[in-house]
Amino acid sequence: MKRPVIGPWITIILGAIYFLVPLVATFEFSLRMKRGEYSFEAYRVVFGDPNFQASFTYSALIAVAAIIVGVLIVVPTAYIVQLKLPRLRPLVEFITLLPLVIPAIVLVFGYIRMYNSSSWIPLTNSARGTDFLLTCAYVTLALPYMYRAVDTGLRAIDIRTLTEAAQSLGSSWPRILFQVILPNVRVAVLSGAFLTFAIVIGEFTMASLLNRPAFGPYLQLVGANRAYEPAALAIIAFIITWACMGLIQLFGGGRRNDTRR
Amino acid sequence: MAASAAESARARPRPLSLTWLGVVPFMLFALMFLIIPATLLMIGAFQDPQGNFTLQNIANLNQPTIIKAYRTSIAISAASAFGGALIGFGIAYAVALGRVPRWIRPTMMTFSGVASNFAGVPLAFAFMATLGRTGLVTALLTSIFGFNIYRYGFNLLSFGGLTLTYLYFQIPLMILIMTPAIDGLKREWREASAILGATTWQYWRMVAFPILWPSLLGAFLLLFANAFGAIATAYALTGSSLNIITILLFAQIRGDVLHDPNLGYALALGMILITGLSNGAYIWLRSRSERWMR
Repeated sequence: MKRPVIGPWITIILGAIYFLVPLVATFEFSLRMKRGEYSFEAYRVVFGDPNFQASFTYSALIAVAAIIVGVLIVVPTAYIVQLKLPRLRPLVEFITLLPLVIPAIVLVFGYIRMYNSSSWIPLTNSARGTDFLLTCAYVTLALPYMYRAVDTGLRAIDIRTLTEAAQSLGSSWPRILFQVILPNVRVAVLSGAFLTFAIVIGEFTMASLLNRPAFGPYLQLVGANRAYEPAALAIIAFIITWACMGLIQLFGGGRRNDTRR
Repeated sequence: MAASAAESARARPRPLSLTWLGVVPFMLFALMFLIIPATLLMIGAFQDPQGNFTLQNIANLNQPTIIKAYRTSIAISAASAFGGALIGFGIAYAVALGRVPRWIRPTMMTFSGVASNFAGVPLAFAFMATLGRTGLVTALLTSIFGFNIYRYGFNLLSFGGLTLTYLYFQIPLMILIMTPAIDGLKREWREASAILGATTWQYWRMVAFPILWPSLLGAFLLLFANAFGAIATAYALTGSSLNIITILLFAQIRGDVLHDPNLGYALALGMILITGLSNGAYIWLRSRSERWMR
């Protein structure tokens, strides 16, 4: 049987057109701010906007916090489940899939009911409390990806031998976890981290409903009020996403089959 | 959370209890930020404002605005999932089995990784710059062919426009899911059917498709849930002019537009049920399809 020739080419070319045209159009649009000539004026305006700088910094900080909290929660759990408590695996995997089942907007609705100012844990009373809540919300959003990345990373190394070697040399548990296991899965942790960053940096729904000055709500505000800046922001957001994915591949070095599981 | 992780790690070196302590932060986190919040909403859906049990909220869902919002959401999700699944499968098939240059596959996979994560507000901007009233493609079609798509009923801020926009992350997601599944089709099966005299069509109908259908259907369901819970793109594109369920819920959380907080909880419960069912079926189908992929 011969492999088809024409069909695949047509499919790929049509697909490529659909994927590339919006990018080209957006880029072209973003250059049109000055009448009659192409310029990077829209980008200059965006980068010079103090609200851009403030909201981007805020979201980047929350993203870093979410990555740290996520790693601290996921790595020990995935390690223990794999080494000592395999019977907990179905439960843990079910929990890590829950954020895909419950839409983000429903989750944040639940947070507002649970942590509002008249509840037992009134996190939304203060800005810092809400920041903490938003961080945890983002840890939740990224949980499926972070857990899967770390779990795959742990499978690739012999954690039993590493643990026994460290134990026989007298390592304490924290030391085994953070100085033996963590460095060995740093590639997996990094890819989880970049994916978390890509998801969190422009997130709109949760930040908006919790009233925090994040990048997502800023984007939406600019989109509702300006003409050319949104196009420039879309290009910037695309480059950030691309950079995160590129870094994952760079560190992952050829392990491209992660999506299989 | 960080504090409790350190605490559990510092505990006495009694192996068994220590083991259990290690998963405590995770379980605590899951309770506080996944299970209890979702459960509270579900309980709220069955309570009246005084906290007594009632089914009235569920019954109150039966009003035109809400029914229409659920309908539109389901229709957009189904259309974009169906289109995404069909086109995504075509592209995945083409990169995996078509005779195309080697570099196309990794390029397409990398791009899919990026595009499936390029959603939300910026995606809305990109499509506005492309197919909005002053978008590049709209302008080009008008100036070159004299064909103004808006005069012929196209509107980006509508069912069709939103579906077309959602395809931008649905197709790549499908490519990411299906390419490994197509790779899982063993060459021997194709050779065996060829030796037995099967045509290409017979091979696909009787061998490949029966093996692939759980992956295909599962991927469709995942795409469906993916679109159903999405809001940022739709909100940035249409403001609140399009009545889909996520935008209605957003307005309800913001300003209690339904004038009944408990009805909002019922709205959320309906969403959890729909995404829960389609994701649950996806996970079940995935475990079925993995049997063949070893």
